[in-house]
Amino acid sequence: MDAAALQAFLEASVRLGAPLALAALGETISERAGVINIGLEGSIIGGALGGALGALLTGSPGAGVLAGAAAGTAIAGVFALFAIGLNADQIIVGTAATLGGLGITGVVYQSVFGATGTALTLPTLPALPLPGLSALPAVGPALFSQAWTTYLAYLLAPALWYYLFRTRWGLELRAVGEEPGAADAAGIRVRRTRVLAVLGAGFLAGIAGAHLALAHAGTFAEGMSAGRGFIAIAVVVLGRWNPLLVLLASLFFGAASALQFELQAVFANVPYQLLLAFPYLLTLAALAGWIGRSRAPAALARPWPPRSGE
Amino acid sequence: MIRRALRARLGSRWIGPLAAGAVALLAAALLAAAGLALAGYEPVAAGRALVSGAFGSWERFASITLVRATPLILTGLAVALAFRAGVWNIGAEGQLYAGAVAAVWVGLAFPGAPAWLLLPGAMAAAAVAGGLWTLVPVGLKFRAGVGEVITTILMNFVAIHTVAWLVHGPLQEARGVFPQTDPVALAARLPRLGSGRLHAGFPVAVVLAGALWWLLRHSAWGFRVRAVGASARAAAVSGRIHTGRVVLGAFLLSGMLAGLAGGVEVAGVTFALYENLSPGYGYTAIAVALLAGLNPVAVLLAAGFFGVLQAGAAAMQRDVGVPAVWVSAIEALVILAVVAADRFLRRGVAGKGGG
Repeated sequence: MDAAALQAFLEASVRLGAPLALAALGETISERAGVINIGLEGSIIGGALGGALGALLTGSPGAGVLAGAAAGTAIAGVFALFAIGLNADQIIVGTAATLGGLGITGVVYQSVFGATGTALTLPTLPALPLPGLSALPAVGPALFSQAWTTYLAYLLAPALWYYLFRTRWGLELRAVGEEPGAADAAGIRVRRTRVLAVLGAGFLAGIAGAHLALAHAGTFAEGMSAGRGFIAIAVVVLGRWNPLLVLLASLFFGAASALQFELQAVFANVPYQLLLAFPYLLTLAALAGWIGRSRAPAALARPWPPRSGE
Repeated sequence: MIRRALRARLGSRWIGPLAAGAVALLAAALLAAAGLALAGYEPVAAGRALVSGAFGSWERFASITLVRATPLILTGLAVALAFRAGVWNIGAEGQLYAGAVAAVWVGLAFPGAPAWLLLPGAMAAAAVAGGLWTLVPVGLKFRAGVGEVITTILMNFVAIHTVAWLVHGPLQEARGVFPQTDPVALAARLPRLGSGRLHAGFPVAVVLAGALWWLLRHSAWGFRVRAVGASARAAAVSGRIHTGRVVLGAFLLSGMLAGLAGGVEVAGVTFALYENLSPGYGYTAIAVALLAGLNPVAVLLAAGFFGVLQAGAAAMQRDVGVPAVWVSAIEALVILAVVAADRFLRRGVAGKGGG
């Protein structure tokens, strides 16, 4: 691989890793509060369509990102209403949020653009080279000549780490995810904490979706989230519920996805459909080899207050 | 105390789910009608198109609605069994594809075999392949402590890409034009019932639903599955139930049922393998199982309902111009409505907060 190809590969790794990082960082907070939201996929696709429509209507990709965040939050709000408000099972409600997100975005897309779906060309988020940093050799352009949503992920990881492990609010949030009973007895409002964590995760997943549409693809396609919400949840496990490691794990998977394009060029005789399965297989392999040393929040997926008979 | 908790969870499973299901369907139908009206469609005309598309004639009902319902019954049973045992198998879609691949392979590899051997062989291969497809999530769950929710979903994507590779590569039709396999041998196909497209997979699925209901309700194995699903800890503390073995068995059997769904779809409907063979049956199965309150006999009704919805959606698109993609939005509505109705009913019965 020559220097230009290496640079292109690194750039693609970061571009593909950034939406994973945004979604996974949000999910880290919600899982730390004891809520697993497999409806993240629904928030991402909602964010992608919201971002596309917002950017088309206003002509501004920045406004598109905000619209995407709003759409992601709205879908997470439905999840929170049922999974926390009604205390229903998180896995079931999350499945519905994913199905519903994929369905409703399809419905809206087809009713706005017609069933055949004209190829959209969206105003895209431009790369913002950071002065100085983007001139670093090799990694500079890859890391620091990206859309601003990517920088948001860089900044959020340390900020969320500090919040979780060095502030009183972060301690309270972790208490809600580990021992909701004790947290409740200590006067922490368990359900409110969880709802806010889920909404925040939906907000970030919406930005991740908008990033996909506006910074990566430059268009919207039905189902374009392509399972990223589920990979993001696996990334949270790999990152051991630690925002800094989660960011690294996301970039690692960005690299795995980018590698598949390199592999297509290098191993022209390996069918590309198998290479498409590569990120999912790598995720499974990483889960198998890595997880033994980490532990999920104790009250993950447990409703609060507990239902009778449990 | 543990016994009382178990009994509370295992008690009457008929009245509650049926009432909750009816209320939920009504609510979902009203919401869907409101959504259609909001999008500028005529909800009554859409509903009429849906009903006549699904029930218009016996021919249509059998050939379209029941044929659509068949894979939903089998995958719905797979999900219901897994959830009953507390196993979050979201991977019926991938297991279905594994079964379809196995059935097609058997149906292509032994063209000279007699039907009495080839057809059962293909179906058995499909079930085994579906079971094998759960092994990675099973291994990760037991060996590495990784929850099956994510791993089964990841395996769905692996299955879908593997099928894409197979139909573009090693299993592609001899002509090499379309990304699909050659049709399987006649001897590997399920017999048709009557003059329409209804095939023998439907009665097989109905019988399996009855058998699973009986097993869960009346056999010692079924009691263990229900006990583990109600509270794995209580079941383990009781000292009489080997929790891990029960979970493993239910997980494998669930994968086998979903694999069989893929085999039946190939042997009864498509006769070949291609991409997007399943319009998400494995995911709809979750809605089916929940609507049925995880009861195998009720799965028949719930799968029938979604069969009507999917058969009717095609008619709705043709006659009223409502995009068929509405169905997945409506499926999500049904899940949420069932969950909500269930919570409210339980809360009402228990008469206290948090139900």
